Amino acid sequence: MICDVCKTHTATVYLTQIVDGNMKKINLCESCSKEKGVADPTGFALADLLLGLGENQQVEQVTQTEHCPVCGFTQADFKKTGRLGCSTCYNTFSDALGSLIKAMHKGTQHTGKIPARLYRDLARTDRLNELRKHLEDAVSKEDYEKAANLRDEIRQLEGGRSQPI
Amino acid sequence: MKIDPILTRAGDWLSGGSRHPIVISSRVRLARNLAKLPFPGWAKKSERVRILEEIKPEVDLLPAIKDGFSEQLNELTATEKQVLVERHLISREHAAKGMGSAVVINPPQTISIMINEEDHLRMQAITCGLDLEKTFQMIDEIDTALEAQLDFAFDEELGYLTACPTNVGTGMRASAMVHLPGLVLGEQINQVVNSVNKIGLAVRGLYGEGTEAMGNLFQVSNQTTLGEKEDQIIERLQKVIETLIQRETQARESLLATKRTTLMDQIGRAYGILTHAYSISSKEALNLISILRLGIDLGFFPEEGRAIINQLLMDTQPAHLQNLSQQKLAAEERDHLRADIVRERLKKFPRPPNTKSPGQ
Repeated sequence: MICDVCKTHTATVYLTQIVDGNMKKINLCESCSKEKGVADPTGFALADLLLGLGENQQVEQVTQTEHCPVCGFTQADFKKTGRLGCSTCYNTFSDALGSLIKAMHKGTQHTGKIPARLYRDLARTDRLNELRKHLEDAVSKEDYEKAANLRDEIRQLEGGRSQPI
Repeated sequence: MKIDPILTRAGDWLSGGSRHPIVISSRVRLARNLAKLPFPGWAKKSERVRILEEIKPEVDLLPAIKDGFSEQLNELTATEKQVLVERHLISREHAAKGMGSAVVINPPQTISIMINEEDHLRMQAITCGLDLEKTFQMIDEIDTALEAQLDFAFDEELGYLTACPTNVGTGMRASAMVHLPGLVLGEQINQVVNSVNKIGLAVRGLYGEGTEAMGNLFQVSNQTTLGEKEDQIIERLQKVIETLIQRETQARESLLATKRTTLMDQIGRAYGILTHAYSISSKEALNLISILRLGIDLGFFPEEGRAIINQLLMDTQPAHLQNLSQQKLAAEERDHLRADIVRERLKKFPRPPNTKSPGQ
């Protein structure tokens, strides 16, 4: 197969691009592919490996062309670079990233350090859930004095995010 | 602080602290990003500059960085950046950056903070010998201080969000640089590397990912960052490194017991070439210096030689030579200068013993 660009050398890089939902195939020789900046084997190999997308899947997913609302990044960009555009991309592309992250890590739930301000928020949410459960119990047991106390405590907690716990 | 003191003085992780015959240094790095802003690789130049302007003042204010070195990468020459790479203070990727990226280093060169590398923040601590726990604490304190001022991208499920999904969760890469000449000479290294890889840790060359193992130096690090706590990752790594130390010690003992002459021959030849060569490549120098270091560990040379060897490990690297000569050197000229320096420094180095028994 001959390179589509220089029409002289043998093509060694076969690039499939999706433009406006149509699949375009282009065959490049090594030097032309380098010139076009598509010869970064790590970027390509990584993204391919990571997403594990076959050509069919690729067409289907990219025709939807989802853009990250914050940074405008697309899944095709990820396939090209193996890196994401911004932290919101993790939400935008959560479906495709989920299986990938599962495959590359020990688990899917972070168990390590949490930023201190978030830690306070999380602890507050946990405490609120606990109190609400106690409140339900108290109501079902018709212990209205306890329920009133719990209700006050919940209101106080809900009142301010920075309230001490 | 200017870059000169950094360039002329080795970091504490190499020159000071506790000596370990097998583990050269311990390193822990954390990756962090600002929420809702494009990662450096996707950000426009103007956005990178804005992100840098948001982060750098906060980093410069850290008490741990006081009187440190803080500079934007477009203000550094290629040689200066390369020296920082050889010191393991910035990554090779970071050295390629210019406008919109910066590096901040504390005076003892044990903490370095890269701004706008692959992530907005790559913070590392590096210490001498094997102490991953303390090294983690050093960088954890920096992280805690910065998170009070900066809004880091964090997700309850995925943890710290990073440009590459391989780093999400803790964003932590802990590693140790180990010197394994016994396993290399005893031809057990491949087997050991394979078994370490199998349990989910990476073994890499001297300068990290995709680099060759030179001077029998290897970096062992965690591969995964999500699903385990920081201290669990460190404990797992620590255990593996302890096993590596054990295997290396056994390999050295076995070489001494069964291949003493071969070992002495290697050490004698390394000394001979290093003290008499007039042109030597950085790879050859590193490999031979590694053998001299083994000679010290085994008691064939007195302990005083270690400081000279450690200093040579750094000073024979290409950018260090370039920096020393203060002029542009071709590869061949560098090899000549390298040989001159090695011969000069080794004048003070004791000769290898003339008998086959160590320490006499």
